[in-house]
Amino acid sequence: MANFYTDNKDLKFQYNHPMMSKIVRLKELDFKDAGNFDYAPCTVEDAIDSYDKVMEIMGEICGNTIAPNAEEVDKLGPLHKNGRVTYAPGTQENQDVLTQAGLYGMSLPRQYGGLNFSMVPYVMAAEIVARADAGFANIWGLQDCAETIHEFGSEEIKDEFLPRINLGDTCSMDLTEPDAGSDLQAVMLRATYNEADGLWYLNGVKRFITNGDAQIKLVLARSEENTTDGRGLSYFVHDQAWGGVTVRRIENKLGIKGSPTCELVFSNAPAKLVGERRMGLIKYVMSLMNGARLGVGAQSVGISEAAYREAVKYANERVQFGKPIIQFPAVYEMLAIIKAKLQASRALLYETTRYVDLYKAYGFISEERKLTPEERSESKKYQKVADMLTPMLKMMSSEYCNQNTYDSLQIHGGSGFMKDYPIERLYRDARITTIYEGTSQLQVVAAQRYVTNGGYLSLIKEYEQMPVKSDFEPLKRILVEMTEQFEKACGFLVGKESDYIDFHARRLVEMASHIVMSYLLLIDAQQDDSFLNSAQIYINKSKAWNQERFDYVKDFSPCQLSSYLAIKDEVVSID
Amino acid sequence: MNKNFKIVVLAKQVPDTRNVGKNAMKEDGTVNRAALPAIFNPEDMNALEQALRIKDKYPGSEVLLLTMGPPRAAEIIREGYYRGADGGVLLTDRKFAGADTLATSYALSMAIKKINPDIIIAGRQAIDGDTAQVGPQVAEKLSLPQITYAEDVISVEDGKITVKRRLERGVETVKSPIPVVITVHATAPDCRPRNAKQLMRFKHAKTQTEEMDNEHNSYLPIHSLESLRIPEWGVADVGGDEIQYGLSGSPTKVKKIENIVFQAKESKRLTSSFEDIDMLMSELISSHTIG
Repeated sequence: MANFYTDNKDLKFQYNHPMMSKIVRLKELDFKDAGNFDYAPCTVEDAIDSYDKVMEIMGEICGNTIAPNAEEVDKLGPLHKNGRVTYAPGTQENQDVLTQAGLYGMSLPRQYGGLNFSMVPYVMAAEIVARADAGFANIWGLQDCAETIHEFGSEEIKDEFLPRINLGDTCSMDLTEPDAGSDLQAVMLRATYNEADGLWYLNGVKRFITNGDAQIKLVLARSEENTTDGRGLSYFVHDQAWGGVTVRRIENKLGIKGSPTCELVFSNAPAKLVGERRMGLIKYVMSLMNGARLGVGAQSVGISEAAYREAVKYANERVQFGKPIIQFPAVYEMLAIIKAKLQASRALLYETTRYVDLYKAYGFISEERKLTPEERSESKKYQKVADMLTPMLKMMSSEYCNQNTYDSLQIHGGSGFMKDYPIERLYRDARITTIYEGTSQLQVVAAQRYVTNGGYLSLIKEYEQMPVKSDFEPLKRILVEMTEQFEKACGFLVGKESDYIDFHARRLVEMASHIVMSYLLLIDAQQDDSFLNSAQIYINKSKAWNQERFDYVKDFSPCQLSSYLAIKDEVVSID
Repeated sequence: MNKNFKIVVLAKQVPDTRNVGKNAMKEDGTVNRAALPAIFNPEDMNALEQALRIKDKYPGSEVLLLTMGPPRAAEIIREGYYRGADGGVLLTDRKFAGADTLATSYALSMAIKKINPDIIIAGRQAIDGDTAQVGPQVAEKLSLPQITYAEDVISVEDGKITVKRRLERGVETVKSPIPVVITVHATAPDCRPRNAKQLMRFKHAKTQTEEMDNEHNSYLPIHSLESLRIPEWGVADVGGDEIQYGLSGSPTKVKKIENIVFQAKESKRLTSSFEDIDMLMSELISSHTIG
């Protein structure tokens, strides 16, 4: 009787955060639902108690249903036949049980059948679903699409689609095409308006669509004739029941094999416009992407957690040279670093989530009434921090997730390379996290402006302002020095050409990330001793990691760049 | 014909004996209840699922839980609510204490008479006592037919219930008039999960004893507390012969408790096929048991 929520006290710890009560009050709008819905909370404590208890249900389902199904789901995968997709039996069971438990539409308002949970428990649920089965986490996580409909759709569209989420209708987010992956401006799928019935009709092909045979689809399409860039794209919702979309094939993937990745053909598929024309990419997809990146952050932390547990278990059980291998420095060092990276990723995940929670809540309040000037400036600030932390989270947690599954597999030795242990699946599942919803390289592009405009530095300075207990002063001194070093490193880029800045951007973003995550662990360690070891390890490691990056940037001369550029002229035979 | 059934599920709060640690037993050989988490007896959970399925099939039916135990057993009623039950009763009274299966069955049957249900469903047995006696004894005390080892309630039509039973070597489908007592086997489908909204709705459901306990009473829900009150019934509420309750109604006496260490490490089931006999023979020869 495993419970993936109660067996990990680092999760419940998040509810103790001082920002939590503000998050709940804004989300519940002074508990206005308490008079209308018998399951709405009346106080902050009541709401958090509900988060806690509902997460226990989620934890039980993850531990007793989703995780035990994962191996077979990975083996069987979904089935593609006659233009439709059938889930593996385990996937279907997961879906059915979660629907019965009412765990779809967690963040949607109650009027649409949702639970009106804030992002913190929602992201937590995503984390443990991913720990149980990272592939299934995508299917469950696509309820994010409802968030987009809720945020940008008309009342009519909201009423039509949102109540179906809690009842178990699944979603897909249809953005990419054969020639439009990272570069979504190149989307070609055509949307044509039909005056006669007031509907749009979609024609074209989408590729790499997760859960592509979903009941509710959000589709990015070119609605403006004779346009070629992002400003000609709009956002549409399509109902599977309207017909016109077939699945041409499903991909055979390295990992997350339970989640069907589809190539879709739209032929005169009816659709309705979501929000305003031309805003599809530039506004709605960008917002959706931020949510999706938070989702990949949660997924990465979930996989890391699973990998960590497998590694600890194996290292304790496996005896070599007369003792369990965990007793060898080479193994316990790896394990301790896995844990430190895991806890650092989680700290960043929930820090980001809290800021997203706050600014989103203000966004919804502003639809009902005008925000006060203080609220407006707060909301702006929260959004800025969320925007700064999101690419950092996406990149760091997914990279750590890959490093952690790699090291965990290494601890398993030869056994880890076999299909006999879950780690080989985790290793494969982890691989996609640094790629989809924006590669790590694209996260750097999104993050580097906060290196050059001083955004990260001022955020770090805010963490620096927080007083620490005297025992923690030595650790904090390290961070203060690292911050000075980071500031200096940023200085090396001033006045340089953009190619030069782009070349070093990742190093700088990583330096900032190490400092931010170190501060978050330092804060957590002061609340709870169980974070102390990870804080010690992570801060000292970060110091060394940053020193290496600093030296490289400091000693780098423009002529070194030419050695790299030479690669462009090399001719490689591929036969 | 009436298609709305009143269903009572008999459920017991038990110590979780499935994952026992070192301190699971006390020195005197009795179960250390304090060291083991209290859970909803697993087969009673299968029973609850069968009851909820009847309700799914015949909307308007009512599923009530009946449990006997200390005040904290109210959790059983809440667990039922979370999964879709309509309510329940906690049988709690110092006079019920020390009951063996006979006295328990008497108390339950007296409460059932007061509720007057069409169908009574219980788990086959509880994981603490493993007697499988309570369900059948309740049926006897109420002079009702009983169907044991049930796996699936197929239908309830024209005053007759059709049930599939799991037997050692197969299944059997039987029909019985209602009211009836059914005991459900672990091979029946697992119970549905707790539902998030149901949980938030009914987490405030409390017995009067719990309401008086301040620490349980920190939130004020919009429901009137009255509508969420879990009834507690004692001997005075169910009536009957006081002597048949609790310790005085329990003929079971524990004479001695012995610690048994299992000797056999594993068991094998062999058929009468030549291959199996061959395999057994070569094993016995190689272990020098024979030959």
